[in-house]
Amino acid sequence: MKTVVGIINLQESNALLRELAATRAVEALPFAGRYRVVDFSLSNMINSGVNSVGLMLPDYSRAVLDHIRSGKDWDLARRRDGLTYLPAALPGTDSRKGDLKDIYANLDFAELSDKKYVLFVNSSFVYNIDFQKVLDFHKANDADITMIYNVLDEDKEGNCVTIETSTNGVVTDLAESNGAKKGQKSVMSAYLMPVPTFAYIVRSTYERGGQDFLLDGIIRHAGEHKISAYEHKGYVARINSTAEYYKANRDCLKPEVWEELFMQKDNPISTKVKDAVPVQYKEAAQVKNSLIANGCIVHGRVENSILFRGVTVGKGAVIKDSILMQRCEIQDGARVENVIADKNVIITKNRWIKGSENFPFIVTKNARV
Amino acid sequence: MRKTECLGMILAGGQGSRLKALTKTVAKPAVPFGGKYRIIDFPLSNCVNSGITKVGVLTQYKPFELHNYLGAGSAWDLDRIDGGVFILPPYAREKGADWYRGTADAIYQNLNFIDLTDPDYVLILSGDHIYTMDYSWMLEAHKQNNADITIGVFEVPWEEAPRFGIMVTDKETGRITEFQEKPKDPKSNLASMGIYIFSKPFLKKYLEEDGVNENSTHDFGNDLIPKMLADGARLFSYAFDGYWKDVGTIESLWQANMDLLQENPPFELNGDWKIYSSNPSMPPHYIGPDGEVKKSMVTEGAQIFGTVEQSVIFSGVKIGKGAKVTNSVVLPFTKIEDGAVVDHAILAQDVVIKAGAKVEGKEGEIAVIAEGDVVG
Repeated sequence: MKTVVGIINLQESNALLRELAATRAVEALPFAGRYRVVDFSLSNMINSGVNSVGLMLPDYSRAVLDHIRSGKDWDLARRRDGLTYLPAALPGTDSRKGDLKDIYANLDFAELSDKKYVLFVNSSFVYNIDFQKVLDFHKANDADITMIYNVLDEDKEGNCVTIETSTNGVVTDLAESNGAKKGQKSVMSAYLMPVPTFAYIVRSTYERGGQDFLLDGIIRHAGEHKISAYEHKGYVARINSTAEYYKANRDCLKPEVWEELFMQKDNPISTKVKDAVPVQYKEAAQVKNSLIANGCIVHGRVENSILFRGVTVGKGAVIKDSILMQRCEIQDGARVENVIADKNVIITKNRWIKGSENFPFIVTKNARV
Repeated sequence: MRKTECLGMILAGGQGSRLKALTKTVAKPAVPFGGKYRIIDFPLSNCVNSGITKVGVLTQYKPFELHNYLGAGSAWDLDRIDGGVFILPPYAREKGADWYRGTADAIYQNLNFIDLTDPDYVLILSGDHIYTMDYSWMLEAHKQNNADITIGVFEVPWEEAPRFGIMVTDKETGRITEFQEKPKDPKSNLASMGIYIFSKPFLKKYLEEDGVNENSTHDFGNDLIPKMLADGARLFSYAFDGYWKDVGTIESLWQANMDLLQENPPFELNGDWKIYSSNPSMPPHYIGPDGEVKKSMVTEGAQIFGTVEQSVIFSGVKIGKGAKVTNSVVLPFTKIEDGAVVDHAILAQDVVIKAGAKVEGKEGEIAVIAEGDVVG
């Protein structure tokens, strides 16, 4: 993998994420108790031996910059290679939408590197993968482009790019649609290709008025390239709506998903270190089927929930089927059900809040209820 | 190297033989504590939080894991351009090599390092105590008293005083008038915490004299402090009234872990005075549908399907269905299989307690299972 340069695209659309993504990029969304979504892309790269990583910054970049800083927590603060921030194209120079103008503006990063291949990933996916296997597959198939996909285990909403493949893994059809059905092959927005191929696609598409890397760059010109498809058989979640976000978090309550994503000895998911103390469970604590991050203090009841760092659960408080982000405070006797509470939310004494299973109630950052 | 106001020196070479099975492969300061820490995290974090950013760590006994843990010091924010952690094992000189023959000799052998960092004051610490303390106040007192040496003291119950090095002081000024090493008839109940601030020229002078004295045991308590007192030097005490625990024995290590589980822990765990440690990449811990956890501390990467009460659980520990862990300390990656029972025990790393097996100690006789052992 020393021949591969990674680019992580943080310019995902986040319209469906409602309040959660109002002031932060999807990739900076807190996930599974202590992570941010971008941790998966970064960790997958470093675990696979990709040591040179460019990060295409989103419009709201403060949360991402504050999280990643030098890249040290992912072992990306290096003298040689390491992390490079790729800022968006200057506003005003180009009024086009889409991510292509920003890739074009940063094309030097890939072209001037000494690497042979580009691994270009969109970072709103949660999965644990060894990209070395993708590179081996790419070479074995003698492909121009290799894309990573998974077979959907249920129907999905929102924009999906699905593919059809021949028996030898070559992509025969590629289309974007609104929603996809169970059993379809869904592209995970991760592509591997030689640097010149990447540069050619970006340059020729951009210079002909293209806007979107996947739609205009790849789908429209699919016929020109030999595209092969690599199936990722493990767990995959795409964080593109509040419902998916809620579901993916709760999937981590399944021990097999928790172990696959986080407990692989050689493929750990790294994140910013915070030095929080272990969780303190008090006399009357009752906790079932939950993920609890360090720094929490639990006096009350927690079921089927995910508590991020530094959450306090007061005496007699009940938390069910909820996600509580960093430093939320649930005071004595309060009751919270089907709720996603953003950072620093305070639920005062004896309040009850309830959302529904497929439409969780979202409490915005720093709110006091 | 830039001039330093106060240099920290942590004595971390002790074997900790009274910790038995727990120090089979690591030095005492590297013994895990409190769910995610190692003992040395406390003096190191205290240094950093007190503004002391040059710290020598003197190692000797089985140092590999400790060296590996310290690394470049980045976990404590000590990977500094000018300063940080300096690992100081014994080394060879022109005329052969010596082990560190005592606490004073360890510092003596590193006088050239001390000269290199050029400090005004040297803070000497032990690597086997659990406490949070702001050394900058002690340094301030040292300066105000115009002291040659300031010794941290801690009030112990009178009946325990015979176990400690006791400082007899002038009540008004805090000046030390007499030192009693483990006295039968203590004249004071102020025990030495093994924390010393020296003015550097004074320290150097005494170490150079002691280093060539063949009758000396090269120990601060035994040899240097009595000599300084006899010479009429300015020795002052600095009283500390927070939580302080020597965790040199199995019982005291167990007790210190249990102390963290009190309704109000003895020192602020979540406050601004952070204890830093090397953090592994581990997910939040998972408690299963039938799990039950009370009065306990549990850290990242643990999986609990059974019952845990009054216990400290480290990262990557797995506790199976129907298993019961009470009054115990379970170190990283130990597996307690379904239905097993663990009570009043310290289980070291990578231990396996087989399904249905029992490990039961009692207060005063804590059971200890050594690293990698399989029970049942």
